Amino acid sequence: MNRYPLWKNAIVILALAFGFLYTLPNFFGEVPAVQVSSIKATIKLDSALKARIEEALAAAGLQPTGVFFEPNSIRVRFADTDTQLKARDAIEKAINPDPANASFSVALNLVSASPDWLTSIHALPMYLGLDLRGGVHFLLQVDMKGAITKRLDALGADLRTLMRDKGLRHGGIVREGQQLIIRFRDAETREKARIAIADNQPDLELVEAQEGSDWKLIASLKPQAHKRIQESALKQNITTLANRINELGVAEPVIQQQGADRIVVQLPGVQDTAKAKDILGRTATLEIRMVDDEASANPATLEAAANGNPPPGTEYYVERGGRGLIVKKQVVLTGDRLTDAQAGFDSQTHEPAVHLTLDAAGARIFRDVTRENVGKRMAILLIEKGKGEVVTAPVIRTEIGGGRVQISGRMTTTEASDVALLLRAGSLAAPMEIIEERTIGPSLGADNIAKGMNSTLWGFIAIAVFMIAYYLLFGLVSVIALTANLLLLVALLSLLQATLTLPGIAAVALTLGMAIDANVLINERIREELRNGATPHAAIAAGYERAWGTILDSNITTLIAGLALLIFGSGPVRGFAVVHCLGILTSIFSSVVVSRALVNWIYGGRRKLASISIGQVWKPGA
Amino acid sequence: MEFFRIKQDIPFMRHALVFNIISLITFLLAVFFLATRGLHLSIEFTGGTLIEVGYEQTADLDKIRGKLEADGFTDTQVINFGSSRDVLIRVPLKAGETAQVSERVKASLDALGDAPTLKRVEFVGPQVGKELAEDGALALLLVIIGIVVYLAFRFEWRFAVAAIIANLHDVVIILGFFAFFQWEFSLPVLAAVLAVLGYSVNESVVVFDRVRETFKKKRGLSTPEVINHAITSTISRTIITHGSTQMMVTSMLIFGGPALHYFALALTIGILFGIYSSVLVASPLVMWLGVSREQFVKPKKENPAGATEDGACV
Repeated sequence: MNRYPLWKNAIVILALAFGFLYTLPNFFGEVPAVQVSSIKATIKLDSALKARIEEALAAAGLQPTGVFFEPNSIRVRFADTDTQLKARDAIEKAINPDPANASFSVALNLVSASPDWLTSIHALPMYLGLDLRGGVHFLLQVDMKGAITKRLDALGADLRTLMRDKGLRHGGIVREGQQLIIRFRDAETREKARIAIADNQPDLELVEAQEGSDWKLIASLKPQAHKRIQESALKQNITTLANRINELGVAEPVIQQQGADRIVVQLPGVQDTAKAKDILGRTATLEIRMVDDEASANPATLEAAANGNPPPGTEYYVERGGRGLIVKKQVVLTGDRLTDAQAGFDSQTHEPAVHLTLDAAGARIFRDVTRENVGKRMAILLIEKGKGEVVTAPVIRTEIGGGRVQISGRMTTTEASDVALLLRAGSLAAPMEIIEERTIGPSLGADNIAKGMNSTLWGFIAIAVFMIAYYLLFGLVSVIALTANLLLLVALLSLLQATLTLPGIAAVALTLGMAIDANVLINERIREELRNGATPHAAIAAGYERAWGTILDSNITTLIAGLALLIFGSGPVRGFAVVHCLGILTSIFSSVVVSRALVNWIYGGRRKLASISIGQVWKPGA
Repeated sequence: MEFFRIKQDIPFMRHALVFNIISLITFLLAVFFLATRGLHLSIEFTGGTLIEVGYEQTADLDKIRGKLEADGFTDTQVINFGSSRDVLIRVPLKAGETAQVSERVKASLDALGDAPTLKRVEFVGPQVGKELAEDGALALLLVIIGIVVYLAFRFEWRFAVAAIIANLHDVVIILGFFAFFQWEFSLPVLAAVLAVLGYSVNESVVVFDRVRETFKKKRGLSTPEVINHAITSTISRTIITHGSTQMMVTSMLIFGGPALHYFALALTIGILFGIYSSVLVASPLVMWLGVSREQFVKPKKENPAGATEDGACV
């Protein structure tokens, strides 16, 4: 009767073994490590690099406790943080001889100290959230309208080229809001243009209109093109952010899409938030445009422009030196055409300079523009958060071919390398804004872990003492079941690598506090059966059986609340919900199946059972 | 050990009206405070910047306040957090302000002399806060619908309605406490409130299960008697379970530090009122909604011979 078939016992033992195995890595703690990863797509990590790292460490007299080669990174473990810091510098010097042109990111990290065989079965410690390990969390909102406007501007430039190539005379192409308006003198040209545009620009939807003597074509983006642009803008921004963050040297950055237009960035261990924010928040895009030299040379026009009335088709900007400049709106080149940017020095003047490399299309456009505009000035603009700044406005002396461009003048070395970093990291497809930030210091993280752990521990002890005092052996069984619940929960969290946060730890505590309910239900039922005169064996069987329906119902209602939190929760609530839901599932198993298995092992073998140790059973008549 | 030696069923239902009037008064008070005082929402909902810094020595709050005001931060809140050396600064959201506020505040604090260490920064933009509030409301709605549907399916619609009314009244009372004391209502508190909702319903379920069982098992009892019996036979379990959960929550209150303080507080109120409402509010409601034996006992012929009469096997 009170015996489990072999398969049920086997399941319990297997589950507990699994729980133990996957909980194990959490006890080994973490050791300091230096993590090396490649930041250039062309450079792969290989064993030669590993050898170089080991050599550099040996030369510096530093003894690593382990070197691990993984697909995307090489991790070197050290005994203490002191060695770790020294090793970082040694490795940095050895593999990145030129800091301005680093190929690898060398970051400080913490890695699990658990033995290799555990790691090989994917038994890892729980993944701690930023509030427990310290670090920065950003939520960035991508300005999709900006992405669309930018795309339309580029399309406008393409249309101008197209009209020129086809020999179609037009009366100007302007962008008004989310539309491009192309004016023509007659209907015939407009019809030809319409066909040409429809052939070449499948993304555009064309509507004809007439206004006085103007024959107009109104072009707007098709909905699917709209969607595609937004998706690719988000993707490009993520890539760009990833590149920029690589340059920051963060061990395990998280860069993820959230919703349609948001990006989450998490940088564990980063303390210098100002720098991180600066790099992330800068939505610098590079634009090369022509300077309207005539207008700029005229003081009256310049003053009018400074007061917000620039000549049509131009914009007013201030140069770094403070002088005003009138720049044409038409963009010659954007940062998209840029393949590389390096800080360096001008070979003649020895001034700090930024060397740009353009892709083939960019190089061709640049060559054409420079050839046609020798003697004129071109402005290189850095657009940050919608505000442009003229980095420099050099005079074009000769045709520049080959796609190699140098920007110099009025820059410090730091500025040059900052500009280079920004440009190299790629331009953002659309501007972004930080809409949420969380920074947690490392000491606070450790403090949070300790507080969470202590609450759970003392709460657990209190419950254990009470249960054993009140239900004696059955109380002990309940406590063991509760321990199994904790074990399974931690194992699941470790296996799934779900992010554990402080609310998550609170959820562990709360789940344990609630899980004991099932055992109380069972124990009270057994007592009740005994009170009604059932034999011990019958009481155990009936107690478990009758309590089961109630346990199921009550856990499902709790689970509904947990799931709602999981679906709608974000940030801390989500961390809570994940643990809460998993905890409910493990608690059903452990409080019913595990505790029953234990009871069966204890009492199941005895045929004649006179009494069971479940505390005093008081009968009304006695 | 046996705490509860109850000889007869306690006539809870005789006082049902009293219990419900007490609930109604607490409920109305809670609504009143919510309406007049409102919730003190954390920056997660309102948007704004929160900075926690740690000083070497006891921090001089007045000096910090003065300095921040002089530097153009209006309406900032400067309070101690956890200890006298830790300071929490809240800067409300202003149009056009971005995530840079925290750096400016830090610069102001550094300018005062002994530079504190930055422990935590939270910045929430206006669009996020609004969404969080909406998501919170949606989560609550989903919980309510989910629970009502499940209980209506498993029991009877009367139970579902009674349980959800009783437990929503819990939620309102927790919120009432937060409004009355102006405790900070943050995301973890919201999580606690929803968890309590699930937990309290769970409590009602245990009682309802017994009500159903008693209806099937014992004949000749009136509805109030059945409910009295069900409550009496589950009361020891109710109190022990809640006691155990409360032990854990108390441990969180003691050891959890300021970060978990309000979370644990919300749970405490929820657990205490949960016992009361799920037992003494939900049950009378079920009674008044007209629950009766016929809703559970099917005609005899449908019961195959040999089936258990207690109906516990489902």
